[in-house]
Amino acid sequence: MKNYFRLGLLIFLTPVLLWLVLLIVIPHIELLLMSLKGTDDYGNPAWTFSHYATFFNEKIYWYTFVRTAVYALATTFLTFLVTFPVAFYITKIVSKKFTGFLTILLLMPFWVSELVRVYGWMILLRESGVINHILISLGIINTPIEMLYNDVTMMMGLVYTSMLFMAVPLISSLEGMDDSLIEAAHDLGASPPTIFFKIIIPYASHGITSGAIVVFMLALGNYLTPTLMGGKNSLWFTEQIYNEFIASFNWNQGAAFGFLLLLLSSFIIWAGLKLTRQELGRALS
Amino acid sequence: MKNPVLEIEHLRKIFGNFVAVDSLSFDVEEGSFFSILGPSGCGKTTLLRMIAGFLSPSDGVLRIRGKEMNSVPPNRRPVNLVFQNLALFPMMNVRDNIAFGLKRQKLDKKTITFKVDSILERVHLQGYGSKQVAQLSGGQKQRIAIARSLVLEPSLLLLDEPLGALDLKLREQMKIELKKLQSEVGTTFMYITHDQSEALVMSDTVAVMNKGRFEQIDTPRELYSNPATSFVAGFVGETNILPVKVISNNPLKVATLFGLELAGVTAGETTKAKELDLYIRPESIMLDPDAGLQDINKFSLHIQNILFDGSNTKVLATIDKSDTEITVALPQSSQFAHIKKGSVVSAGVHADHCRCYARG
Amino acid sequence: MIRTLPQSGLYKIAFRFYVVLFYIFLFAPLIITCLLAFNDSSFPALPWKGFSLDWFLANGPDRVGLFHDRSNLSSIVVSAQTAFWVSLFSVVVGTMGAFLFEQEDFPGKQGLYFLALTPLVIPGVILGISILLTANSLGIYFEDNFGLDVPFLRPSFWLVVLGQFSFITTFVLLVVSARLKKFDRSLEEAALNLGASRFEVIRYITLPFLRPALIGSGAVAFLMSFENFNTTLFLVGSETTLPINLYLQVRDGSTPIINAVSFLLIVSTSTIALINLLLSNRKS
Ligand SMILES: Nc1ncnc2c1ncn2[C@@H]1O[C@H](COP(=O)(O)OP(=O)(O)O)[C@@H](O)[C@H]1O
Ligand SMILES: [Mg+2]
Repeated sequence: MKNYFRLGLLIFLTPVLLWLVLLIVIPHIELLLMSLKGTDDYGNPAWTFSHYATFFNEKIYWYTFVRTAVYALATTFLTFLVTFPVAFYITKIVSKKFTGFLTILLLMPFWVSELVRVYGWMILLRESGVINHILISLGIINTPIEMLYNDVTMMMGLVYTSMLFMAVPLISSLEGMDDSLIEAAHDLGASPPTIFFKIIIPYASHGITSGAIVVFMLALGNYLTPTLMGGKNSLWFTEQIYNEFIASFNWNQGAAFGFLLLLLSSFIIWAGLKLTRQELGRALS
Repeated sequence: MKNPVLEIEHLRKIFGNFVAVDSLSFDVEEGSFFSILGPSGCGKTTLLRMIAGFLSPSDGVLRIRGKEMNSVPPNRRPVNLVFQNLALFPMMNVRDNIAFGLKRQKLDKKTITFKVDSILERVHLQGYGSKQVAQLSGGQKQRIAIARSLVLEPSLLLLDEPLGALDLKLREQMKIELKKLQSEVGTTFMYITHDQSEALVMSDTVAVMNKGRFEQIDTPRELYSNPATSFVAGFVGETNILPVKVISNNPLKVATLFGLELAGVTAGETTKAKELDLYIRPESIMLDPDAGLQDINKFSLHIQNILFDGSNTKVLATIDKSDTEITVALPQSSQFAHIKKGSVVSAGVHADHCRCYARG
Repeated sequence: MIRTLPQSGLYKIAFRFYVVLFYIFLFAPLIITCLLAFNDSSFPALPWKGFSLDWFLANGPDRVGLFHDRSNLSSIVVSAQTAFWVSLFSVVVGTMGAFLFEQEDFPGKQGLYFLALTPLVIPGVILGISILLTANSLGIYFEDNFGLDVPFLRPSFWLVVLGQFSFITTFVLLVVSARLKKFDRSLEEAALNLGASRFEVIRYITLPFLRPALIGSGAVAFLMSFENFNTTLFLVGSETTLPINLYLQVRDGSTPIINAVSFLLIVSTSTIALINLLLSNRKS
């Protein structure tokens, strides 16, 4: 009987192991190895930390790195600020009839490719764009303003792209919250801010963590929005990686950058989970 | 036994270091209605799941129709199980549920249709084939679950507390129906329950189980009137338990803590202990016994309360001047109509009905 | 504060105003993109010069509509093919993973489960480059040692499929596991008891139960693959997928043909998403 059930285990285990080992484990080991490969003084292949040294010696690299991390964190926080009131409105304030409709409406834009969404913002915001045209026709401004290609716009684009991944976990955790908790707190004399910070936020913390992890990860690894909406000197770290790989064809340097980005994202996610005392499995499901 | 369908030898199941089923050996006779009665957690389901093949025994042998089953996977065993929660397939209608096992045997369409129709008729649900499972009532689901197993004509049908989820009225009705069904089809039923009335009403043989072991295997009548252990005496039927001290042996004479002396009989394992437990069934106590009766213990009862329950009415009464309270059956005949709360009546119990077991 | 408690008028109005603004913010870029696909102009910009289907139908010489644009059309086909294979593979492997983690027991299960979740928190760019590096090293190895040239180890269609599969599978795994958690195991035992083999149990009992999750996660896997950019960017060969192709066009200046593609994408993905939602709502 043992063997009888073991066969099932083997059938399920094999493809999963192949997937994880061949496509996740080995490639990331290879990434690390590649980042440590270089040439010695005589031009022979050798192990070296030189690619990491380059990163720390060239100001532009670690500047971009830190900038990317800070902006990704800011994006996460802003996304939370922007979506929380909407999630709260949908689940707790608007008449229950509309909850489902508003949720579906909220999800719809995100089924469309990120590229299309960014493109939409570009034709709205650029110098010859729709908003400038309207402002000029209304006589509010005389000459068009370039609203694209700056950090503020780029942040807006990042927030826009990430909202769904914050909104869905927020809505589902707020939906699971019994209204009577808020009613009871109100009845016991708590003020709205107290209710908000002592009841609602702690209850939704699981949803907030899941949302924050995914949003942060997506912002950090985003390539499209920073390249298309950010300015010429608002470099994003993924662009550095792309440049090393595709433009300079310096794969070892690119691998080092990639590995650093992986370390950064793992560290921040780990720290976030530790701070909120959660596990990855629970946060993602 | 002439013709055992199931033979079990020294069957054990250990979870970690907890012994759930402890070295059981017993046979089940072909065509009989065999029940296992025991409190929750005593290992009934574990035993059944070993027979069905969902658990492998830690030790021991299991044979069905003489064939060893230990290494046979559950889907090749000639036993079928009616699950505690029924486990009807919600994605299929009634007909497909019943036909599921037949289809696995690769029978042809005509045979399957015929068999399904006749089993539906057997359980009085002809015409329900196209109903969805969710449309059925509790009792109907019950019958479909049994039909689904019976249609495969198993050597042995295992039922795990199948009436547990039904309400009382329906349970009473299903008990009778199940018993009838079993005698009609002649399949061996192995029925698990913690409800003594189900076991007593339906079974040819009942095994009383406690802490992974069988305390007694017997007919319902013997079990009730001749319980082999104090556990059986306490678990099967209602009983009064009084701690007593031995005064003399052969014939046995004991005294209660408040000094009443009674003649009794020893039962269960023999013991030299001086302190025993005396078991008396409520209906063994006679109210207003004839003065001429021999060999009976006599005492008076002070009626504290009457628990009216139709034919099952009882009184709570203290014995003599003590505050020891016992339950006594009160037949609903005019002869006892004078008994009220507060009355004092004489009472007697035959020495054979005063069964003394070792304490513990 | 909430609908059952008394709320001040200002609170209500301010809240409603904010939510309306939010939804405008949400839909403005999409609606503008769609509208400008029908503007009779050579630039995706205002002023409105009249309604025209040129950007879909025109066939030269001044304007070439989407349906005559080889490069965009073929990238749509490539994307659809990629998405087909990715959703097929990821649903199969993701479902096996769900069975593995929900129903089997083996040493190291917790660790493997953790590993199976990580693709969701690895930036797509990193997945792309590490798979590219590995494929490349393997290619060199085969070439040096066996003189073999393995085409799919260079950036190519199948490398894109593998790259997307590597993280979309995790998504399927989570969705199917969630459904499998709700499955009553005694149904499987009942089927085994009635004589079904392990395979038949899965075929007739478990899979029918999982069907909504399989269809749902398959549809989402298709969409995720269809619009993936980050991972694909590094693995794509000569057969460009639609998002990559669009990116190249947007980067190098734009014509309303991009609006036309976007319009089709918006309409078709919304339709798929809506059907999916309706189906899953009806089921539950
Ligand atoms: N898989 C298991 N692992 C550990 N203990 C178990 C397992 N299954 C049952 N048990 C224990 O075995 C005992 C008997 O269980 P069971 O056979 O279900 O009792 P019953 O059906 O008589 O109520 C219980 O104490 C239960 O906790
Ligand atoms: Mg049980």
